[in-house]
Amino acid sequence: MCHRQRGSLVLNYFVNRLIVAVLVAVTVSVFAFSLLRLSGDLAAELAGDDATPAEIAETARAYGLDRPFHIQYLDWAGSALTGDLGSSIFSNEPVFEIITNALPVTLQLATYSLILSFAIAIPLGVLAAVRQNSWLDRGALVFAVSGQAIPNFWLGLMFILLFGVLLGWLPISGQDSWVHFILPTLTVGLSAMPVKMRLTRAGMIEVLQSDFIRTARAKGLDPNIVLFKHALRNAILPVVSVTMVTFGRLLGGTVVVESIFALNGIGYEALQAITRQDFPVVQSIVAFVAFVYIGLTLLSDLINAQLDPRIRLS
Amino acid sequence: MASDLSSTAASAAKAASDVDPFHVEPPTPWQLMRRRAGGHKGFWIGGTFVLICALLAIFAPVIAPFDPFGQDLTRRFVPPIWNAEGTWTHPLGTDKFGRDYLTRLIYGGRVSLMIGFFAAFIAAVIGSILGMIGGYFGGRVDAVVMYLVNAKLSLPGLIVSLSLVSVFGGSILVLVLVLAFLFWDNYAVALRSVTMQIRSQDFVAAAEAVGASRRRIIISEILPNLMNQVIVIFTLEVALAILIEATLSFLGLGIQPPTPSWGLLVSEGREQMFFNPYLVTIPGVTIFLVAIAINMMGDGIRDITAPEGRN
Repeated sequence: MCHRQRGSLVLNYFVNRLIVAVLVAVTVSVFAFSLLRLSGDLAAELAGDDATPAEIAETARAYGLDRPFHIQYLDWAGSALTGDLGSSIFSNEPVFEIITNALPVTLQLATYSLILSFAIAIPLGVLAAVRQNSWLDRGALVFAVSGQAIPNFWLGLMFILLFGVLLGWLPISGQDSWVHFILPTLTVGLSAMPVKMRLTRAGMIEVLQSDFIRTARAKGLDPNIVLFKHALRNAILPVVSVTMVTFGRLLGGTVVVESIFALNGIGYEALQAITRQDFPVVQSIVAFVAFVYIGLTLLSDLINAQLDPRIRLS
Repeated sequence: MASDLSSTAASAAKAASDVDPFHVEPPTPWQLMRRRAGGHKGFWIGGTFVLICALLAIFAPVIAPFDPFGQDLTRRFVPPIWNAEGTWTHPLGTDKFGRDYLTRLIYGGRVSLMIGFFAAFIAAVIGSILGMIGGYFGGRVDAVVMYLVNAKLSLPGLIVSLSLVSVFGGSILVLVLVLAFLFWDNYAVALRSVTMQIRSQDFVAAAEAVGASRRRIIISEILPNLMNQVIVIFTLEVALAILIEATLSFLGLGIQPPTPSWGLLVSEGREQMFFNPYLVTIPGVTIFLVAIAINMMGDGIRDITAPEGRN
């Protein structure tokens, strides 16, 4: 009986989480849809500064902007469910294709950056925790604080100046090969690193003080095995669950780096569309990025609840 | 009877302190805080730097040697003082219109710091209110607050900000409001969970028992206990808001020229980056140092007011 009750609690948690996710998704899609319409008269903006009222009305009719707001929204959302996101008013290219063409670039950048940030953050976090309050720990902290304080776009420009121009080692724009991704990856990776480093360090410090580590040490296990097999495995859980969220963030968060290094990813397309008031592209990209984020956080919540019963039963 | 007992206990303690020459009063929380503040290098270094920048920004018209918009096309690209050809007239050189770069930097700080400060402040007000309401009332109210936070979190912040600025224009007021919209959720999440812990404590129950209104309980019982946290988040958010404002202005969808802001200075210097790198390095290093100083100050405030929150 007890078991069945727990089963229904788990189900409850999943269903609740799903309902919230769907509600949030609907809200966010309405917001994304209204974003460029918030000025009140999108047609007037599109028609240009010196357009006559007749021209504005013509523009509004051409893009279907003369219909009531909720009809426009339902039309867009309904077609979106069948995979039709409309077309760019600038290039006439289907928005779906713009997104699928740009996605691989951003996905590559996000993946490489995550790998890089892990490769730096975890060893550094572990070392800082093991040698707490040593010069190494302080150095790691300074590194983390600096990483958070450096403006992303400026770091990118400095890399271009140093590696691209002064040393001439690396290409500074384009996306033809993996070599082109080195500088963008460094820029994004270094700014994604500090949070993971701090999480690893804090988690390790906490785990290293716990009883089962003391027991493991007391029974004479190899200190390295205790450190990596027992401690790190427990300390790293929050870092892993943050990763999915970070990945969702990066999808819409690499605008600056993409524009500096001329990568035609999601962020670059969004920026282009925004400066051109290309509303079908902007609303679909915002909604798309938000949906991926909602999906990823839902997934990571469910995985966490599966791993840690305290979450779903509280 | 009970009061008898406590008064005897008090007088006994008093008598003991009269007799015992080694008796030391335990330090009050305020004294402890001052003691921790005295030994905190990061707080003093960061705080002093931030204070200097704030004073420079506030008194810019008195301090800045030139007019920030005054062009002098005969003196374009004068290099900064550490260059052999630099002059003390323009310690940080001049830009492509011959405007004094130090003056532009000081006035830029005025814009950047003001936006950062007010954006983080408005975000603090909105986020704190939502967080406290959610944490205090719980249940459906809390569900609504969490739903708002979730919706905000799932939006791609930078793309949304860029869109909003493109619609409403790059004035200081618009930027403050857009950035406030970007940052309120951190306060809401943090204050919600702390309010939940506090609301079950005795002093809240006592206030409820004597019939204090809910608004009064939130404002005068709960809020004072959260102020440390609000201030710590606030300082970190000011640094973040300055960075994002710089990013927006750099992308051309923030402060509009000729008004200087630090991000705009980087953006304007970018085309000259390969020939006159100082135009990019100077504002970049400035943003970096200010962000670090604010972070050091924020970490310091946390260590001083709530040392158990370290690590």
